[in-house]
Amino acid sequence: MEKFNVLKAVAAPLTLVNVDTDMIIPARFLKTIKRTGLGKSLFAAMRYDEAGNERPDFVLNKEPYRHAKILIAGDNFGCGSSREHAPWSLADFGIRCVIAPSFADIFHNNSFKNGILCIQLPQAEVDKLAAKAATGNTAGGEFTIDLESQTITAPDGAVVSFNVDGTRRKNLLNGLDDIGITLQSAAKISAFEDRQRQAQPWLA
Amino acid sequence: MTQPRTLYDKLWTSHLVTAEADGTSILYIDLHLIHEVTSPQAFEGLRAAGRKVHAPNRTIAVPDHNVPTTPDRLEFIKDPEGRQQLETLEANVKEFGVPYIPISDVRQGIVHIIGPELGLTQPGKTIVCGDSHTSTHGALGALAFGIGTSEVEHVLATQTLLTKKSKNMRVLVDGKLPPGVTAKDLVLAIIGKIGTSGGTGHVIEFVGEAFTSLSMEGRMTVCNMSIEGGARAGMIAPDDTTFAYLKSRPYAPQGENWDKAVAYWRTLKSDDGAHFDKEVRLSAVDLVPHVTWGTSPEDVLPITAKVPDPKSFTDPNKSKAAARSIEYMGLKAGMPLEEIKVDKVFIGSCTNGRIEDMRAAAGVLKGKKVAAGVGVLVVPGSGLVKKQAEEEGLDRIFRATGAEWREPGCSMCLGMNPDILKPGERCASTSNRNFEGRQGIGGRTHLVSPEMAAAAAITGHLTDVRKI
Repeated sequence: MEKFNVLKAVAAPLTLVNVDTDMIIPARFLKTIKRTGLGKSLFAAMRYDEAGNERPDFVLNKEPYRHAKILIAGDNFGCGSSREHAPWSLADFGIRCVIAPSFADIFHNNSFKNGILCIQLPQAEVDKLAAKAATGNTAGGEFTIDLESQTITAPDGAVVSFNVDGTRRKNLLNGLDDIGITLQSAAKISAFEDRQRQAQPWLA
Repeated sequence: MTQPRTLYDKLWTSHLVTAEADGTSILYIDLHLIHEVTSPQAFEGLRAAGRKVHAPNRTIAVPDHNVPTTPDRLEFIKDPEGRQQLETLEANVKEFGVPYIPISDVRQGIVHIIGPELGLTQPGKTIVCGDSHTSTHGALGALAFGIGTSEVEHVLATQTLLTKKSKNMRVLVDGKLPPGVTAKDLVLAIIGKIGTSGGTGHVIEFVGEAFTSLSMEGRMTVCNMSIEGGARAGMIAPDDTTFAYLKSRPYAPQGENWDKAVAYWRTLKSDDGAHFDKEVRLSAVDLVPHVTWGTSPEDVLPITAKVPDPKSFTDPNKSKAAARSIEYMGLKAGMPLEEIKVDKVFIGSCTNGRIEDMRAAAGVLKGKKVAAGVGVLVVPGSGLVKKQAEEEGLDRIFRATGAEWREPGCSMCLGMNPDILKPGERCASTSNRNFEGRQGIGGRTHLVSPEMAAAAAITGHLTDVRKI
């Protein structure tokens, strides 16, 4: 997994509530056996018209947001299906960080496993960041996300602190692979299986 | 004395392999269900790292999401990408020695239908699948939840998950459902009350007469849509209804093991005084059939209501979302829900594709005709549901009304197989998600019960089934 330390990038505001994973990537694009190449299908219905042309009013079709690596989103972002194609398509487009008032559990989980940092902040803070990303002399400016110090620095220099689960933070900072970590406990897994075989023989 | 524990607490603790001080835990997984869409990249990861499947006998694979539901599917799947995913699944299960149910097998069906049906799903088990509707299996008192593909790979390699415990939430519903009101209406009403993020970070236990008086099929419908309330999982404590449902199913414990298992299963309930972090209470007795009007499952109202005015929402974000939904759905604020005309009716999915759902829809449709211009698709959730429905003559009832009777699969629930809506088409659907484009680009979905779907098929518009 790609490490996440400091990210300095444009942030795109997309503050619609309940953005579901069908919206992030419709099911017709899930017929792939690869993790890569999904960035072009990200937000397909909002991003392209029926003929496949870009909708000019969609934020990721506008300069400089088409180069965004940060998404400032609405409440309950990533609800719905468990498809990991959602974070894969975000990552393939270039998004490494999503800031929102809340995230759906499975999307949140899947994102961290793909090197995408999800930052949860109160609605009022998210609104302020979205406004800075969209309007005034800070519009389209670069935000700096520092995972070590858990801070966001807005284009106007204002600093917002955030908190990420310690284990997730450590894994992102070091780019750690979960399976490798778990396999260090292989003996304990096999001991659990032996105990279970004794106690609940119908499961074996 | 030990602290009173919830059902979720009990299942969590009994599956802990390790737990760190910060709560990060290795949780053992008893059953891993696999399908063609969310597994190819996981097997590819195993191959790249030179890893094996740790416990193939606790894993079972079945194709469901992108299989066509027409009889010619056995000869050739026309869509090259869908075909490639199926072929990849077949190659992977062969290479890694995973048990597999092919589409030619009568047991093939939607992964969440076949788990309980074959007796693979049992009380007390931890069950995962790369699909959010894995919450379905909680209806039998299992701890079951959806995972992403990275976690599918993790479970394949280790038969465990690296995770943290969720919080406990209780949804208590008193009383029995009135006639014409179903488990689907109950769960839609619950989602309407708690919202699509009401259960986020929680495992819901459904408690009360409204659930204990439901059949297993009804309980599965409720737990299936826990995820639409944002919950990690939904569960119902096992009881005699559960044990009667499971007994003699092919993978259920047999003989002496059955008695041992039932004795253990009877301990699987929340202790008196167990702590729930969140609690919601409803009454079933005055519930009416529900239908969604918007593009989120929380956009739901009784069928007797009208399309809401976006200005009536106090939260500006919700108001904006409602205006967007109403525009997408092609509706007008203030319009009675019963006046909404439909083009298609879909009866099926992991929410409502079980035998009881087929019987309920057939019961409403019997002796009637589908309204002119309405296309009706009835898709049994598995080959075994199809077989039983045909033995009971339900297929003849559906065909006589003008409905199509199909082969099992996810079908029109999710827009990734040939069963899709055309742009602008409106569907009364027994599935679980009314998201924009869920049933096909530009398609418009109204979530309803099988009875309500059948009523809409007869009249051509959303209809209160209690009038039929």
